[in-house]
Parts: sequence; C-alpha cells; structure tokens
Amino acid sequence: MSSRSLKAKLVASPYIVWSAIFIIAPLIFVAYYAFTDSSGAFTLENIFELSKYTTTFLRSVWFGIVATIICLIIAFPLAYFISQKTEKVQRTLVLLVMLPMWMSFLIRTYSWMALLQDTGIINSFLMKIGIDPVHMINTEGAVILGMVYNFLPFMITPIYSVMAKLDHSMIEACQDLGGNRLTCVRRCIIPMSMPGVVSGITMVFVPSVSTFYISQKLGGGSFDLIGDVIERQFQQSYNYNLGASISFVLMILILICMAVMNRFTGDEEMAI
Amino acid sequence: MENNIIIDLKNISVSFDGEPILKDLNLYIRDKEFITFLGPSGCGKTTTLRVIAGFIEPDGGDVIFDNKRINDVPPHKRQVNTIFQRYALFPHLNVYENIAFGLRLKKVSNKEIKQTVTDMLALVNLRGFEKRNIQSLSGGQQQRVAIARALAVKPRVLLLDEPLGALDLKLRKDMQNELKNIQQRLGITFIYVTHDQEEALSMSDTIVVMDSGVIQQIGTPLDIYNEPKNAFVADFIGESNILDGIMLDDCLVEFSGHRFECLDKGFAKNEAIDVVVRPEDVDVVEEEKGMVKGEVTSVTFKGVHFETIVDIGGFKWMIQSTDYHEVGKRIGLFIEPDAIHIMKKSAYSGLYGDYSSFSEEFDELSDPEEVEEE
Repeated sequence: MSSRSLKAKLVASPYIVWSAIFIIAPLIFVAYYAFTDSSGAFTLENIFELSKYTTTFLRSVWFGIVATIICLIIAFPLAYFISQKTEKVQRTLVLLVMLPMWMSFLIRTYSWMALLQDTGIINSFLMKIGIDPVHMINTEGAVILGMVYNFLPFMITPIYSVMAKLDHSMIEACQDLGGNRLTCVRRCIIPMSMPGVVSGITMVFVPSVSTFYISQKLGGGSFDLIGDVIERQFQQSYNYNLGASISFVLMILILICMAVMNRFTGDEEMAI
Repeated sequence: MENNIIIDLKNISVSFDGEPILKDLNLYIRDKEFITFLGPSGCGKTTTLRVIAGFIEPDGGDVIFDNKRINDVPPHKRQVNTIFQRYALFPHLNVYENIAFGLRLKKVSNKEIKQTVTDMLALVNLRGFEKRNIQSLSGGQQQRVAIARALAVKPRVLLLDEPLGALDLKLRKDMQNELKNIQQRLGITFIYVTHDQEEALSMSDTIVVMDSGVIQQIGTPLDIYNEPKNAFVADFIGESNILDGIMLDDCLVEFSGHRFECLDKGFAKNEAIDVVVRPEDVDVVEEEKGMVKGEVTSVTFKGVHFETIVDIGGFKWMIQSTDYHEVGKRIGLFIEPDAIHIMKKSAYSGLYGDYSSFSEEFDELSDPEEVEEE
C-alpha cells in the first residue's frame, strides 16, 4: 500500500515541481510585490492607490460579464445542436469550433481590425452596395466582439462535452411524462448541462476580465481595461509593486465572482 | 370485444437506413391486459414499443389508440408512459421531484402532488425515500422510483422496456411478482418487452413472440409453450427437440424411424412437418421397451433434474428426468401421444432443435441474460 502511494507520488512529482516553480512561487512573488515598495519595505500604499482605477476595474468586470453572457447565449444552443448530430458530424463540428484557435490570438485580433475599421472590409462592402458606413472600431461593441470571438470556443467545448454524454433516454423520459420540447430543454437539458455551463463561464469570464490586448487593438485605447493598466505598470512605468497589487486584487475579485456564481448555480439546481 | 381494444397497430412498418426493422406488423392490445413482446435482440420488440410511445413514427401503417389514429401525436400528448431500460431518472432531482415531475408539468396543485407521490412511494415500497438522491439508490430502488414516476401521471398504458434486465436474479423474481401485483391492482394495460422467456411466461396474459421484425405467434403463455406455431417459437420458449416428420394420417406421425400416435389432425396425408417433443415429456425406459433407442452422450445435473443428451440415429435429444443415466448407457424412450406437437414446415425448419452442438459452454454464451439489446 505504502509503496503504491510512493509510486503515485513519484508519478505526480514532475507536475508538483512544475507547479511549485511556475504557479506557487509566482503567486508568492505577486503577493510580496503587492505589499512592498520599491525598496522592499512593507506598505499598503499600492493597495490604497488602486482607488484611482475603480472605473477601470468596474469596466473590466462589466465587459467580462457581457462577453460571458453573449458567449453563453451563442454557445448553449450551438453545443446542443452539435451534440445531437451523429458522432462523425460531431467530430467535424467540434474541429471547426476549435479551428480558429490554431491561429495566433494576435493575428485573429488584427484581422478583426481589418474587418471593422472605418475604411475596412465591412465598410468598403457597405459603401459598394450603397449603404452608409458604420463606425465600429474603437467602440465598446468592438472590444466585446473581440472577447466573444476569441473566447467562444472555451464556452462551447465544456458545454458540448457534458451534453454529448447526456443519456438521451432522459430527454425521452421528459417527453414521455408530458414535456414538450421547450419544457425538456428548460427542466432537463439545462439543469443537466450545468456542470459544463459553470466551467464554460469560468473559462470565458476569467480571461475576458484580465485581457489587455483586445481592448488596445479594437477599443483604440479609449476603453482601458484592468489588464492594460497592469501591462503598462510592467512595460512602461516599471512600477512592479503597483502592477502586482492590481493583479493581486484582480485575482481576488475573480475569485469572488466565481464563488458568487457557483453559489447561484448551485441554488438554481436545488430550486428546479 | 371490439371496444375492449385499447391499442391497434395496423400494417406497421419501420426501417432504419433502409434496413427493415418491422415488416407489416399487425397487433391489437386489449385494455387492462399484461402483454409481453418476447424475442431475441434485434427482433423489433423495442421498436414496436417505441412506436406505441411515439418516439418512432412508423414509415407505414396506423397506430390506433382508443379508436383514434395517433401517428402524428407527439409522445408528451399520449396517454402512455414508459419505464426505460436504464430507468432514465433525472440525476439533478431527488426521489420526490422525480416522481412529481410529470405532475408538475400537468400543473397539479402541490397538495395533490404530495398525496400522489406519497401514494406512489407506498405502492412501490419506498416510503420515506422522498429526500434521497438518485445516485444514492441501488438498482432495484431506482427501478422502483422509475415505476412510481411513470405511474404517478396515471397512464392508461404502461410500457416497460426490459425493466428488470439490470437486476440480479433474486431481485428480478421479486420485481416480477411486484409488477404483476401492481398491474392487477391498478387495472391498467402493461406492455412488457423482454428477451427472457421465463419472465414472459410467468407474468403475461398474452405473449407476442417476435423475430426479425415479424410476429411469429400471439397467444397465452400456455398456448405458446404447448402449441408453438413454428420451430423458432418452439426453440425460443423453453427447451425442445424438433424433428423432421411425416404426417401419415390424422393422429399418426412418423419420425426417428418410428410411428407414433399423436393428437394432431388436419394435415394432408404424408405431409412433411416439424415435430416438437419437450424434454420433460419424454419417459426413459429400458432399451427394449423404448419406442426409440439410443445412447446417452452427456449428463448434466441441474438441481431439479438431470439434463441428459441421447443420440438416437444421429439426432441428439435432450431429456429432462430426475433419474440418472450414465454416459454410454443405452436407453429407450417412451413418448405419449399428448407429448407430441406437430407444426407446419416454416422458414425456421431445420434451424433449431438438435442438441448436437449443445454444450455447457455454448449455453453460457447464449444465455439471454447476458445479451444486452441496444
């Protein structure tokens, strides 16, 4: 027994070492920098300074929530649609969902710039067919579009994998007991897909809140997100302490959001 | 009699991907009867059930319920409910909410729901299980919840799709009795699908034996067992020795090189027929006193009896008797007229009934309990 647990530890050791070096240690560094000044002395000043960024924080969370909701609205029916197909078609469709991820995040965002610009592909087309151009780049909508586009696969995949495993006879049981299609979706498919929905929300919300590149390219700098602020502290101001403290608070904020959401979905499951 | 019929299937045909599953099936089901669709995997019994439930729309034919055609009626508007093979209970709901599910959809008042759920739990002997999680229940308990959930909405007809397949033998026997009791107490129609002939014989009022999408025989358990219509039915229900024979005259048949008296009439003179003799209906006598004679080739102790295989002129008979006859011993068989059943020749003639390929191992492999139907 003990030799087996020793073996298990050995097998796990590469990951344990990895996470110690690249996850635990950096977290400790973040916390250390957050509560010290440039000379290394303990201070809470960095944290107090954060009040300057309240709007940015709120905007980041707000954009994150909106992007997550839009992703959920698109992903849920799509995941259901995919899960109802034959296995071969399912594989192809999942591949198509993942396909954009094979290209660099940067290239994809640049492509959206080319599409959305005032003289970009979409507007050129509109003008050709005699419609007034629409201003799209450097708007809130463009930033959220960028988030939705980039993070949508992270919503579809976990929901799809839960739905693909649903026992179809449960949906039949629901119909059998008097449920029409809508009832079956509401009382059966949604509650039973909840585990996928929760992980999808986490996987979209977290990167959306902390993203920095999308807002710069598609928002033209007018919609500063907290990720941009952090990036500037490290890349331009060289104020590692303030950057670390913002990161630290952002982490806690995300944790709180996740906890609230888990609570909410947990309750819903009980209520239905 | 006519208005006693609750479900009438007329010329039903179903095929998947061009593969015919049901071929021009005709069947009526009487109100309040316990009817069983019996057959091997892939015979179309589950498909028939799903046609009645509304999950499959037949390619051709009419599904009549209470004198109304219901081909286009979706499952949720039919007065039938199903017990699914693997129960299909809702894992996100507790026992109470599972049973209440159908009632909530019908907008029944909370008070009434509570009453019904309590009644149903009492009916299936699960009092006090209201708050339990589905995952915390054993297979037998889940089965009971599934029954309670289906019965809570008061269906006219309950469809049971191999409901006891996942339970162990002892539990299965108990549940058989219980299901039969429930059916009689509630006085509703049960349509039961199984590949287990013993289950079918012990529970049903009527058995429908099916193979390759075609009904082979419809009848009471006694009819099916004693008067099988063809070699398939004779072989599928119980053990049988099926032999080629010639009907010499009314009540006179020749097989295994001997002329036997029998009770069957109405065949043409010298018509080729199949003869069924059940292993338990054969009397073993001393060789010189036997109508036919042969050598014992194998003996298996089965508890209630010995299963003895006897080689008679190259055809291996199975005989069940409480007497032991060792391998190599020569014995005679004595067959009374009422032990002989004559069947018309059919497509199944010659396929079944010889025990030459019979061995314990083979028996294990073809044990219907092991076969999972898709």
